[in-house]
Amino acid sequence: MIAIIKYNAGNITSVENALLRLGYSCIITDDASEIISAEKVIFPGVGEASTAMSYLKNRGLDTVIKSLTQPVLGICLGLQLMCNYSEEGDTQCLGIFNTSVKKFPPKDIVPHMGWNNLYNTKGELFNNFELTDTVYFVHSYYSQICEDTIAECNYILPFSAAIQHNNFYATQFHPEKSASVGETILKNFLHIEKPDLITK
Amino acid sequence: MLKKRIIPCLDIKDGRTVKGVNFVNLKDAGDAVELAAKYVQDGADELVFLDITATIEKRKTLIDLVERVAKEINIPFTVGGGIRSLDDAKAIIKAGADKISINSEAVKNPKLITELADQLGSQCVVLAIDTKFVDNNWKVYIHGGKTSTPLLTVDWAKKGEELGAGEILLTSMNNDGMKQGFAIEITKQIAESVSIPVIASGGAGKMEHFAEVFQKTKVSAALAAGIFHFGEISIPELKTYLQKQNIQIR
Repeated sequence: MIAIIKYNAGNITSVENALLRLGYSCIITDDASEIISAEKVIFPGVGEASTAMSYLKNRGLDTVIKSLTQPVLGICLGLQLMCNYSEEGDTQCLGIFNTSVKKFPPKDIVPHMGWNNLYNTKGELFNNFELTDTVYFVHSYYSQICEDTIAECNYILPFSAAIQHNNFYATQFHPEKSASVGETILKNFLHIEKPDLITK
Repeated sequence: MLKKRIIPCLDIKDGRTVKGVNFVNLKDAGDAVELAAKYVQDGADELVFLDITATIEKRKTLIDLVERVAKEINIPFTVGGGIRSLDDAKAIIKAGADKISINSEAVKNPKLITELADQLGSQCVVLAIDTKFVDNNWKVYIHGGKTSTPLLTVDWAKKGEELGAGEILLTSMNNDGMKQGFAIEITKQIAESVSIPVIASGGAGKMEHFAEVFQKTKVSAALAAGIFHFGEISIPELKTYLQKQNIQIR
């Protein structure tokens, strides 16, 4: 069973619909035991960092997420909450990825909204990903590039489009809204049995 | 590179797609979900659904439609028309829409923009502005273009951004349905006045019009309806053409 973590964030229905289209069933839950026993966990999110973190903390889900050992996929705000710290609401986050989240400098249109290319993609999440492929982003904050970055994007500046640390995967873009390219990435995640160790 | 977006707009009446000229004379243009799925196949970057006959009793039909669309399509979509409150917006987002667009109600109650942005996030809130060139000025119209307001379009766009809108959908009523091209001057002015994405709408009749609006203004996206619905321009053909013009296209 795939568990989608339920918290006060948008786009959970979109993730559920995407999984259904791929022929997977899933549960949307904030129950710790259901999350812990799931084969795969998806941690989606569109929303504000500090509100989302306090919601997770109030339910003890911060500790639950950090202790998961099965493949976990964070999406958008999910990725940002898996970092150490976010400038949005001056928020201490989960600290799974050793990097921090900053607001885009106002040098171009913010939010970064729309389809963009990825660079330096690595690991099984990006199997069959072509350099000409694009994915859909919508965000005003970005995660800095770190040693765990597995895909980069460039908008105003280079940032982490995807990060992986052990069993924790995350994308800043929305695979569930990225047409067939996004479906391939979701399928790649759902096929992961044992996470690869990426050669840095 | 961030790509310029091509957005087909589906005007919805009782769950069907319709298209008029200058906001009147509606013609049936097919089942909304079928058409949406076809556009996704064709490479549309995003979709907009505008419920043009939104009345309280029809809301359920719209919510059902949003749910069906959300199940079917794998690209982002916006829903607008008759959104008057946070509850209306939440119901549409919950049904699976990625963004909502507000128009008349935002003019009447600008605080709604802030309320929606705070609760749903700015990226969910599209401020739709219908504008018409009258008395030497571009002014804001509401109620599907039927009612004039004293607002100047540039002022209202800036105000909308300040209040928390995440994107602006600018439709020129003078150009809508005329197929003579987008309203370049006001579109350029708006896109330079705000730092959120602007979608140009109204007037596309040939592929050159899309190239023109991307080359002459800073808009992030261009929207059209009838020319796509009636097959006058196909999206794949349009995208190939724009790529040849060195415009960044997915």
